[in-house]
Amino acid sequence: MATLDAKIPPGPLSDKWTKYRSTCKLVNPSNKRNIEVLIVGSGLAGASAAASLGELGYRVKVFCFQDSARRAHSIAAQGGINAAKNYQNDGDSVYRLFYDTIKGGDYRAREANVYRLAEVSASIIDQCVAQGVPFAREYGGLLSNRSFGGTQVQRTFYAAGQTGQQLLLGAYSALNRQVHLGNVQVFSRHEMLELVLVDGKARGIIARDLESGKIERHSGHAVVLASGGYGNVFFLSTNAMGSNVTASWKAHKKGAFFGNPCFTQIHPTCIPVSGDYQSKLTLMSESLRNDGRVWVPKAKGDKRHPAEIPDQERDYYLERRYPAFGNLVPRDVASRAAKQVCDEGRGVGQSGLAVYLDFRDSIKRLGEPVIRERYGNLFEMYEKITGENPYHIPMRIYPAVHYTMGGLWVDYNLMTTVPGLYALGECNFSDHGANRLGASALMQGLADGYFVLPYTIGEYLSGEIRNKPTSTDHPAFADAEKEVHERISRLMSVNGKQTVDDFHKRLGNIMWNYCGMARNEQGLTKAKNMVRELRAEFWKDVRVPGAAAGLNPELEKAGRVADFLELGELMIEDALTRKESCGGHFREESQTEEGEAKRNDDDFAYVGAWEYKGSETAPVLHKEELKFEEVHLTQRSYK
Amino acid sequence: MSETINLTLKVWRQADAGSEGRFVIYDMQGVSTHMSFLEMMDVLNERLIKKGEEPVAFDHDCREGICGMCSMFINGRAHGPMDATTTCQLHMRHFKDGETVVVEPWRAGPFPVIKDLVVDRSSFDRIMQAGGFISVNTGNAPDANATPVPKADADEAFAAAACIGCGACVAACKNASAMLFVSAKVSQFALLPQGQVERTDRVQAMVRQHDLEGFGGCTNTGACEAECPKEISISHIARMNREYLFSIAKGDK
Ligand SMILES: Cc1cc2nc3c(=O)[nH]c(=O)nc-3n(C[C@H](O)[C@H](O)[C@H](O)COP(=O)(O)OP(=O)(O)OC[C@H]3O[C@@H](n4cnc5c(N)ncnc54)[C@H](O)[C@@H]3O)c2cc1C
Ligand code: FES
Repeated sequence: MATLDAKIPPGPLSDKWTKYRSTCKLVNPSNKRNIEVLIVGSGLAGASAAASLGELGYRVKVFCFQDSARRAHSIAAQGGINAAKNYQNDGDSVYRLFYDTIKGGDYRAREANVYRLAEVSASIIDQCVAQGVPFAREYGGLLSNRSFGGTQVQRTFYAAGQTGQQLLLGAYSALNRQVHLGNVQVFSRHEMLELVLVDGKARGIIARDLESGKIERHSGHAVVLASGGYGNVFFLSTNAMGSNVTASWKAHKKGAFFGNPCFTQIHPTCIPVSGDYQSKLTLMSESLRNDGRVWVPKAKGDKRHPAEIPDQERDYYLERRYPAFGNLVPRDVASRAAKQVCDEGRGVGQSGLAVYLDFRDSIKRLGEPVIRERYGNLFEMYEKITGENPYHIPMRIYPAVHYTMGGLWVDYNLMTTVPGLYALGECNFSDHGANRLGASALMQGLADGYFVLPYTIGEYLSGEIRNKPTSTDHPAFADAEKEVHERISRLMSVNGKQTVDDFHKRLGNIMWNYCGMARNEQGLTKAKNMVRELRAEFWKDVRVPGAAAGLNPELEKAGRVADFLELGELMIEDALTRKESCGGHFREESQTEEGEAKRNDDDFAYVGAWEYKGSETAPVLHKEELKFEEVHLTQRSYK
Repeated sequence: MSETINLTLKVWRQADAGSEGRFVIYDMQGVSTHMSFLEMMDVLNERLIKKGEEPVAFDHDCREGICGMCSMFINGRAHGPMDATTTCQLHMRHFKDGETVVVEPWRAGPFPVIKDLVVDRSSFDRIMQAGGFISVNTGNAPDANATPVPKADADEAFAAAACIGCGACVAACKNASAMLFVSAKVSQFALLPQGQVERTDRVQAMVRQHDLEGFGGCTNTGACEAECPKEISISHIARMNREYLFSIAKGDK
């Protein structure tokens, strides 16, 4: 049986990375030129890794399914990126960022990785500024910071509400420079559909050229996945339409363990669903909770216009339940509270699945111009989508799936359980434990790509310098290609009656109802069967129009949904097994008397890493025990 | 609140780059005014698939107006009738019951049609690869606050950097010029201290690639600025022209 070795370097926490960097194995420049690395993904993690490896002299190929590397989902991040710069002189430090992240993650992340993340965070900001990323600045010309949930310092760097865009364009420019210099090749409109293993090591991928439909073989000495999160298993989420699990899932089926698949972040402030045709959900930044007050009517089914509901008939439930943090409780807490009031029948709007986020009092206190300056672009976006003016009518918001903390299990080197296969950014099980703090995903993606992988991959590749690139004529490539062809023809030949979206929406509903904001044994058990039945029905009744040759967006979606249908079951299995509440994972059986999440550190202070055993065989759970040497585990309280 | 309207859609269908394209008319009944334009296209596609026809291919991803992937020419305007709005952010409440809506791909030589409404914009990537970067290796950067940047310059650089690379400027321009796109990047870097070293080479390399790709010259009609969903100002083209003249005067290359 495989054992999980996190390969955490010895020594005190604060020395581990420094020591590792100065003692890890290196590949000399002339050997680098003969080593090829395949990177799947051009988001913050993939683009930064590709650029940095290209600079080091490796030969790199990058793949993305969009028409340009610049359009990866990272582009949509709004709020900001954390870094322990302490420019505000407000007491921030590497240790504090480390501590906040571990605590925010409800003590389900690995200390050594998180400490390293905090350590390299400051260099990220330096790097981005040098690339010409136009962060927000003060009148003195120095960088500006804002604060985000779960912290007491101002450490978030930002570029208006478009931080992800600016950081990604920075990484994309670094990538372009390497293309210009001939070190990196970009394959856009390409989708990885299979991982190729030779003697147990990752040696290549099979990709479909989405424009021509051609199936291609690509060989490399190592494969790096930076393919993003899988929130779209819920159909509706704040993720881009194309975000998917396919790359990670193929790797999982070839031996990469999947870590904590049930850890999903549900963001409290999104624009609610307006109809069945809804294709995605739009995030309204966390920062709005600084000035907006969240409420619902006290009475059930009160359908009066909000302005007609007097204050004494309103329930400002976050302020009531959590006087210390009020409207600024962490994301998981705020989301659950919104669900509870809606479940009680006190939700607002047509569907009753929304709560108010009201700026009336701040506008009264600060005046409309101040609110406009702070949130103008968000208010406009809200009005564009809903047709309502939030300066006059309170916003209606509801929680939505936003981020997945789970992902491929990786060791300290960011290597999965498959030798030579790495996972970076949101697609790994990551540094965020059971709940990610705002502005930390961008930090992690860029840390992984710019500052961690370029060192850690050398450990592995230094052992590869004698190995010639694997020929794409190797039988392993032929076999993997055959698998891809067969799967595509299977999808095309079902020729049933329901569309891919029909299935995707039904899957999303099951996941949302039973494996969403609140989970219990009975519901999860039921959902497991439902997903299994849905999967069987999919393969009998899905209709994929068009042809396998040429551009066929429905075929692309079908392949992704087929993988989501398998992933969904694993998420449910993981949620069933973890009989505790922690972070975004709320098991109704494990709550305090006041209805707050109750962790169980004695039995569940581990990373659940799942091994794939076949589509009809139960997956096997491996546990990486989490050892906390530096921080003390306490129950989170925001009262 | 929730109203529905009926529309006639005239959609450009083209099997692939080599085939002739043509308009096909679809009757769209019962469109909710709360839908986004792309959600309306989703509904059309679901109906087509169920009828055994091929759905309309179109590019999209974020559906939040930031990735720049969506790209339809609607009723003669890039991204449709609303200013400062991408197609994915356009909502059906801006259309009238009974209206005929014409949907076409971007039309420009350097953006060949791949299928239906999907075009090839890889020329934009090649322009960026020619010079849209600052040469700094990972790990070489000085402290981020070592060089203060006046707020006004930083803000102006940000306004330029907000370009989403969708190509609406090209689609809107009678010369199919991509000068707004190129100038946004040139301008961003010209405004920042970090961009100074490669200033002259950059503008020349990017403009050269722009011309090589077959984009036309700028004749200052201002159509690009008017159609830009991110309201990138045409003043960046003026700045780029100055940069270009300056680089020639310096005699570099
Ligand atoms: C609306 C929104 C706002 C956010 N705001 C913030 C914020 O303010 N701060 C913060 O820290 N985080 C934020 N996040 C989270 C953050 O944006 C993401 O976690 C992060 O950008 C993920 O980056 P990534 O590089 O891991 O993956 P992505 O950016 O998702 O990139 C994935 C890449 O993989 C490619 N890919 C995927 N599958 C395949 C395949 N099979 N074959 C080929 N290519 C493939 C894609 O083409 C893409 O290039 C936000 C998220 C959302 C949804
Ligand atoms: S889909 Fe991303 S900008 Fe329209």
